[in-house]
Amino acid sequence: MSKYIDGELERELCKALEKHLKGCDRCRVVFDTTRKTIEVYRDSEPYPIPAEVHKRLHQALLNRWK
Amino acid sequence: MNQAVDDERRLVKEAKAGNYGAFEALVHRYERKIYNVAYRMTGNRHDAEDILQETFLKAFENLEKFRQESSFYTWIMKIAVNATLIRFRKSSRPDTVTIDELRGDPQEFHPRVVIRWDENPEQKYSRLENERILWRAIRRLPAIYRIVFWLRDVEQFSNAEVARMLKISVFAVKSRLMRARLELRERLTPYYGKKGEQNKLQGSAHAHVEVH
Repeated sequence: MSKYIDGELERELCKALEKHLKGCDRCRVVFDTTRKTIEVYRDSEPYPIPAEVHKRLHQALLNRWK
Repeated sequence: MNQAVDDERRLVKEAKAGNYGAFEALVHRYERKIYNVAYRMTGNRHDAEDILQETFLKAFENLEKFRQESSFYTWIMKIAVNATLIRFRKSSRPDTVTIDELRGDPQEFHPRVVIRWDENPEQKYSRLENERILWRAIRRLPAIYRIVFWLRDVEQFSNAEVARMLKISVFAVKSRLMRARLELRERLTPYYGKKGEQNKLQGSAHAHVEVH
């Protein structure tokens, strides 16, 4: 199923799995919610980098550059 | 896309030639991403900042050796992941990963809860609430699963890239990824699942669903 989500599944197996998913409620729910799990994490906002963290990083880099 | 790649190659070239402005432009481009990934991996802002600094200082020191065989982002992420793994190995905090865990195979995992989700489950909550829900679910995952999930599914590095970063096999990446996805799915279901729906596993002759 993981391979199917990633589009890595061989054509034949893909067809077989799709056929199974049509008839099997439980597998379909597991599949749908797993795909959705990836989506919600992928769509989540990254944290802004705190201003002091940014400042300290650039100061450290500048010190090293000199 | 190609424009951005060319632009990056040019910045790397200029930085190698001693142009600090070019190096700083590269840092600007990726500092937020590295900070975020470090925070997700360690679960700790202080560690995330240390890893962030270490990553770019190391990138700066090793810039000469960077041959642009991968993108600059892949290269610095590899440095960040390495810094994180070293930190995990040194630390004895319970939340962190041990070397045994890194080598161990994931145990079999079968779904316990199979409930349909709402159409757009994240719309039920505010941005902040969603953030808390997602974070709470992922931070309880063992670090080896959390890292693989984050690099593969959120940052969208390839299986091969993640395998190289973590020094594990592609097979191990795939199996940990599957396990992580299923664990997270399970932990998010109480929040995103349709209210009033019955667990499809209950009262079933099948104790589990084959998901491999």
